[in-house]
Amino acid sequence: MSILIDSETPVIVQGITGKMARFHTKDMLEYGTNVVGGVVPGKGGETVEGLPVFDTVEEAVAATGAEASLVFVPPPFAADSIMEAADAGIRYCVCITDGVPAQDMIRVKRYMYRYPKERRMVLTGPNCAGTISPGKALLGIMPGHIYDKGHVGIVGRSGTLGYEAASQLKDLGIGVSTSVGIGGDPINGSSFRDILERFEKDEDTHVVALIGEIGGPQEAEAAEYIRDHMTKPVVAYVAGLTAPRGRTMGHAGAIISAFGESASEKVEILSSVGVTVAEHPSEIGATIARTMEAA
Amino acid sequence: MDIHEYQAKEVLAGFGVTVPEGALAYSPEQAAYRAREMGGERWVVKAQVHAGGRGKAGGVKVCASDVEIGEACEDMFGMKLVTHQTGPDGKGVYRVYVEAAVPIAREIYLGFVLDRTTQRIMIVASAEGGMEIEEISAEKPESIVRAVVEPAVGLRDFQCRQMAFKLGVEPALVQQMVRTLQGCYRAFTELDATMVEINPLVITEDSRVIALDAKMTFDDNALFRHPQIAELRDKSQEDPREARAADRGLNYIGLDGNIGCIVNGAGLAMATMDTIKMAGGEPANFLDIGGGATPERVAKAFRLVLSDKNVQAVLVNIFAGINRCDWVAEGVVQALRDVKVDVPVIVRLAGTNVDEGQKILAKSGLPIIRANTLSQAAERAVGAWKNDLSQGVTMRAVS
Repeated sequence: MSILIDSETPVIVQGITGKMARFHTKDMLEYGTNVVGGVVPGKGGETVEGLPVFDTVEEAVAATGAEASLVFVPPPFAADSIMEAADAGIRYCVCITDGVPAQDMIRVKRYMYRYPKERRMVLTGPNCAGTISPGKALLGIMPGHIYDKGHVGIVGRSGTLGYEAASQLKDLGIGVSTSVGIGGDPINGSSFRDILERFEKDEDTHVVALIGEIGGPQEAEAAEYIRDHMTKPVVAYVAGLTAPRGRTMGHAGAIISAFGESASEKVEILSSVGVTVAEHPSEIGATIARTMEAA
Repeated sequence: MDIHEYQAKEVLAGFGVTVPEGALAYSPEQAAYRAREMGGERWVVKAQVHAGGRGKAGGVKVCASDVEIGEACEDMFGMKLVTHQTGPDGKGVYRVYVEAAVPIAREIYLGFVLDRTTQRIMIVASAEGGMEIEEISAEKPESIVRAVVEPAVGLRDFQCRQMAFKLGVEPALVQQMVRTLQGCYRAFTELDATMVEINPLVITEDSRVIALDAKMTFDDNALFRHPQIAELRDKSQEDPREARAADRGLNYIGLDGNIGCIVNGAGLAMATMDTIKMAGGEPANFLDIGGGATPERVAKAFRLVLSDKNVQAVLVNIFAGINRCDWVAEGVVQALRDVKVDVPVIVRLAGTNVDEGQKILAKSGLPIIRANTLSQAAERAVGAWKNDLSQGVTMRAVS
């Protein structure tokens, strides 16, 4: 088993007729993801890569049995599309879109909580690279070939920094169970803690790598969970040691505005609960390798 | 995006928040004229810059005559106001706001923020107004009262009343407090703010609740639906390099070091800066050129990074995922032919087709210093910079 997605999960792409969505739909199909269709209002009946396009997520779910969706919809309409997916019974949604207004995300999260926990959609993102369970399914925009199948669970905010970690692991012959991007926005669907809970329960995951950065309380929340509940070893890296206070470093959420939000404070908090922190981004892979040998 | 105090007050007044009578001025003469027009005996002249802490830095002055207003303005106009929020370069003062002075009985701190722990809007208030919130939380944390807004129903009046009573506001003024809090909340949600701060909110001797200062920050991602707010942008308050970069779709933040960075992705960009620091150098900037790294973007990035005269070496770190390294390498080569670069350039490529990419860099004949890992790139960048410093050499090739 893997977390969130596997080779059978039927996937639809919301906004499938856009240039970027078409490109990545093809890429996902080539990887072996079970993509079954797409949704674009007003373009029902068309096809993309041989897949049927529907006007609404409700129709797409009825016709294809889709359980997961990938949102490529532009920022002004992305929140609405996520809510549409939640309403149509989608179980897992990844939102790639960068630039979704923060207050739209507050409303999205409130809307998702209309549903009881057992029927509530899981959302990762927005502003993320997606989720991959190597050898099974790719739901996102990452290059699939840099991930080998294995037992390291990766959760991180950043796309390319996550690729950096994955390719270091590949060079060392270490594989990944699932890699989850939670995105760089201040209000996001799933937190580090939410994903750690899944990795803790996942038999395929033996070690977890957490790739954090400056800004927000989610690394500290993760540290609390690791201290109280986590039995698997966790390795971490936190980017932004040289980032000045009060400045937004690319990601909308990467800003030090309160105590505990700087990289050095996060490293200290994570270290204090037994997390092995890689000091150097070039050493994320090697640190994971050492932790796996010791475990 | 930040706006000025006078703009924030105008916005909030539109939502029913009471603000002092005031007028904007672009010169000392105009300031004195507007004060006379307003009438009264005492006025406050306030420098309009995008930063807090103006009072301590000399950006707020109480005046009792035309002459005093003129003198206060002479000091302020054209100065670079340096506060604890501006950085050492300060921010230029090009407009002042003149307000009728208000008889203050007590001061309250009031802030609305996007709280990342609850992932909701939170109101933070304290009876210790006039102090910065950082000081209040360090020195009088017990004075802080908070309320979290349930997004489905919005801010409720009972929450406002609860907050007013906790702050010790006398019962006769509670309704005014409710109106103020609801006004700020409506402005926050209807205009997609990320922060509204009123410090201080004052209760006057004649029992009025007035926003004496106001600061608003807006969500850049939501400006598309608030053109009237987007128009309030004041580029004179931004770092010129950052403003230029933003206009070109690049995400750039200038720093004090001398090793320029060109990276794709925000997380990897921060990690690259950190690596430079660990190798003994100082990064000159943060720059995320976005997931794809087209030749045009790489060329723009080189021009931008080199416009910083402190830059003595440039480190390019691109992780090519969907875009292959050979394609990125061609972009780097083309950019280096287009842009005159007279400092050492260190390039590290990783990801898809990395060997092809390295070959293209090697065959280009350009004096590019290549590196395989991030740490190696940082060490070579710091090494090349130090070597230059000691030998006065500019550019060289390393295989």
